[in-house]
Amino acid sequence: MTQENIQVEEHGAEAAHTGHPTPATYFKVAMILSVLTAIEVGIFYITDLSYGIIPILAVLSIGKFALVVMYYMHLKFDSKIFTGMFFFGMMVATGVVFALMALFGWFLL
Amino acid sequence: MAQATAVHGEHEPTTTGLNHRKLLMWAFLGSDCMFFGTLIATYLVYKGKSLVGPYPIDVFDIPVTSVSTFVLLMSSMSMVLAYAWLTRGNLKAFRIWLAATAIMGTTFLAFQVFEFRDFAVHGLTPRTNLFGTTFFTLTGFHGAHVTLGVIWLLSILFHSFRKGGVTPEKNLDVDLAALYWHFVDIVWIVIFTVVYLFGVFEGFPGVVPTDAAH
Repeated sequence: MTQENIQVEEHGAEAAHTGHPTPATYFKVAMILSVLTAIEVGIFYITDLSYGIIPILAVLSIGKFALVVMYYMHLKFDSKIFTGMFFFGMMVATGVVFALMALFGWFLL
Repeated sequence: MAQATAVHGEHEPTTTGLNHRKLLMWAFLGSDCMFFGTLIATYLVYKGKSLVGPYPIDVFDIPVTSVSTFVLLMSSMSMVLAYAWLTRGNLKAFRIWLAATAIMGTTFLAFQVFEFRDFAVHGLTPRTNLFGTTFFTLTGFHGAHVTLGVIWLLSILFHSFRKGGVTPEKNLDVDLAALYWHFVDIVWIVIFTVVYLFGVFEGFPGVVPTDAAH
């Protein structure tokens, strides 16, 4: 066994103990994301839901967003400082969206 | 905090104990959220205010966009698998999954080019109406991000063939590219729902055009 192989194996053992998910978990998350997307598109064609479709699609979209951020971007396992940096920007963005919508009369009955 | 640093091995001492480059990448992604937030807000506030067609309901093809969305979601999976195999020391699997990610990213871009061309055939360009201007600006900037991501991934792939170019110990470059790639994926998750699905749902405000409503 070469020195390079030994180093690689040692690192592999280390990486396995960092708390990051295994490839099998990533695959499961991908399957859930696919199912959620299929549900989104399926629900879209159910005309009986009327306005009920809006919160359902919003929740499904938020679910997909959260899965990617937590598992694929590793925020669930990484430092909370990274989470803070990202969510600060996201909260400002969300605030801007709703503020502009309010200014343009979206929420007027 | 020790977890975050363990994955990337040694780095210079920092006050937070975190790698500065990774912290900078998260700060950039946070700011990019604001960038896309303004574009999405602009699209929404001008929704339904176009004086002439075509309107979203005339041009959107949900089944086609659903397929391209699926492709981008799967590219996120292949990207995270590439990174996982790299940290486990399997360079061959890393290269295969990284190449798969770049191919899926290119496929998504091909879908977007097809869609833009189809819209142009229907008479929708960025100059046609407010819908065209805001839609092409939003999705065009997202497409530009994906294009940059594909170039980044391919450069890492080619670099990995150089001796010592990409190693399990030096995986931060791949981790940063992966974060960027997942980010373009989550932005598309929002665009797909807000722009496409809400865009053609008749109960959503602004779907019935202003002039048609009167």
